[in-house]
Amino acid sequence: MIDFLHDYYAYWAIMLLLVIGLYGMLMKRNLMKMLIGMIIFQNSIILLFVTAAFKWEATVPVLKEGVSAEDVTNYLNPLPHTLMLTAIVVGVAIAGVGFAMLISIYRTFGTLEEPELLERMKER
Amino acid sequence: MNHLPALIPMALFIGALLVPLCRGGAQRWPYWVALASIGIAFAGSLSALFQLLPDAEPIRYFFGGWLPPVGIELILDPLAAFFCTLVTGVGLFALWHGSSLVEPETPGKSIPFYSAVLLLLGGFCGMLLTGDLFNLYVFLEISSLATYALLSIGDKRAPVAGFRYLILGTVGASFYLLGVGFIFMMTGSLNMGDIAAILPELGHSPVTLAGLILIVLGIGLKMALFPMHGWLPDAYTYASSTSTALVGAVGTKVAAYVLIRMLYFVEEPIFVSEAIPLSTILVYLGAAGVVWGAALAMAQTNFKRMLAFSSIGHIGYIAMGIGLASPLGFIAAVLHCLNHAIMKLCLFLMCGTLAAKLGHHTIGKLDNSLAVKMPWTMMALAITALSMIGLPPTAGFFSKWYLVLGSLEQGRWLAVAAIVMSSLFAVVYFFRILERVYLRAPGVDEEAEAAKPPVGRDEARPSMLAPILILSFTLLVIGLGNFLIVRHVIVPMMPAGWSVEGF
Repeated sequence: MIDFLHDYYAYWAIMLLLVIGLYGMLMKRNLMKMLIGMIIFQNSIILLFVTAAFKWEATVPVLKEGVSAEDVTNYLNPLPHTLMLTAIVVGVAIAGVGFAMLISIYRTFGTLEEPELLERMKER
Repeated sequence: MNHLPALIPMALFIGALLVPLCRGGAQRWPYWVALASIGIAFAGSLSALFQLLPDAEPIRYFFGGWLPPVGIELILDPLAAFFCTLVTGVGLFALWHGSSLVEPETPGKSIPFYSAVLLLLGGFCGMLLTGDLFNLYVFLEISSLATYALLSIGDKRAPVAGFRYLILGTVGASFYLLGVGFIFMMTGSLNMGDIAAILPELGHSPVTLAGLILIVLGIGLKMALFPMHGWLPDAYTYASSTSTALVGAVGTKVAAYVLIRMLYFVEEPIFVSEAIPLSTILVYLGAAGVVWGAALAMAQTNFKRMLAFSSIGHIGYIAMGIGLASPLGFIAAVLHCLNHAIMKLCLFLMCGTLAAKLGHHTIGKLDNSLAVKMPWTMMALAITALSMIGLPPTAGFFSKWYLVLGSLEQGRWLAVAAIVMSSLFAVVYFFRILERVYLRAPGVDEEAEAAKPPVGRDEARPSMLAPILILSFTLLVIGLGNFLIVRHVIVPMMPAGWSVEGF
């Protein structure tokens, strides 16, 4: 059991981040905190890919003297990292759209707290 | 190499870049550029559909000449061509109807609006065509970003609903990405065809199972499958007419397509139906959604909100068809994607017409002066309503018919009961409107009524009327020709080894 926890400690940390993100999105009543929860959630998935791509006793996928390219296990698989570069860009774009919406909501209703917001939406 | 698969999304993306360049030109330029690029994509998809239909090999396009599984490929098979035609066709009709609506509804912002529309359709076509799981995620996010933007335009409350959808939609897309990560860790590949070849060899490992469930969960959120539908009603109600028509008609169908692709083509259908009870869960979630959506639709006072709830119900039909995992279920799901896209597009466009002519879409304020003012629009409303309910010979009847046949074949009586009950609910919520439009007098006082000046003809302008009329007649044509459509279009796209008697 201890071994299981120890061997996969990076995954436990990622799972914790994922749950923190979900908690922020589902339980917080402030729209900005919900958005922060969403960003944490996305980043935990990015970390999962990067962690899964890592292996001991292997080096970055750049041809290096002394490390044989015949045996591919000497090198890391670069694909997950490149995928996550794209995912980071997507995440930034979504955060940008989210912030723009928050600004527009704040300009219209003057608040980002959900209970108050629902009150003010009814008035209109 | 045939460049058609790349041409379809590229025409839309290049259009999205060209639209902002029209800023200095005449006022109508952005509209015509948007319409032209959707037209090119539509023509491309339609010609692909005709090329592929008898029994041709799918057209494959390798980006940069890198062969799969290393490179990214686009695959244009009959299923993808059919959905591309649907998506771009819906885009054409929505923009045609919106030609005089977009400018007043989004004053001064029509250029970004058209750009977002093109990005939305381009993202959808990319999702339909791609043969790579991660590429699908990127296109999913492109179309989602455009959806968030489009749904936040409209009412003052639209950004709040749009923000809620942004949070939930991102959770859905992230779950999908997580699922792809699990499958990638097990198979080491992202190419759909490659994964389909590797997965059976691996057997049913818990990791691929978890990946598959996460993917279904994520796509279900995007599709507004029953317990995950919370974002849909508000987002559709507050958005502007043209964007609701676009997103409401095809947004959820594209997610349904991804589900079909994942469950029937990447995974084996047998795995989905027998190794895990996923398909049974889908059928019952769909059935619950069908009843729930229809029941809540009866309670709505706003026409547009009612349509949003009935969308949840109709997504339930599609989910049931997918979950049956049988040829008849597949036919029902694909045919209902087509029918529901056309019906919902027509109804949401009517909402736009009502909002433009009357300034509201409250059901309680409709009365029989409408039948005099806008006889043609109301006739189209009646045809579409009959199709939503599912009366023959309209299109809506036949997809429900195949669904009932498929459910009976597997002895799922509860599903049949849900279909029948929701159809009865649909009778209630549509006849409520038809009764008002054709029978109810505006006032209660008959003398005051007689003193009022007679209502004159005040039909919507042709650019708003024509698309609605064409769409509602299409419903009749699809209904009457449904056997031909199923036989020549839907049966050839079924997964290998499937066949139905009689077709």
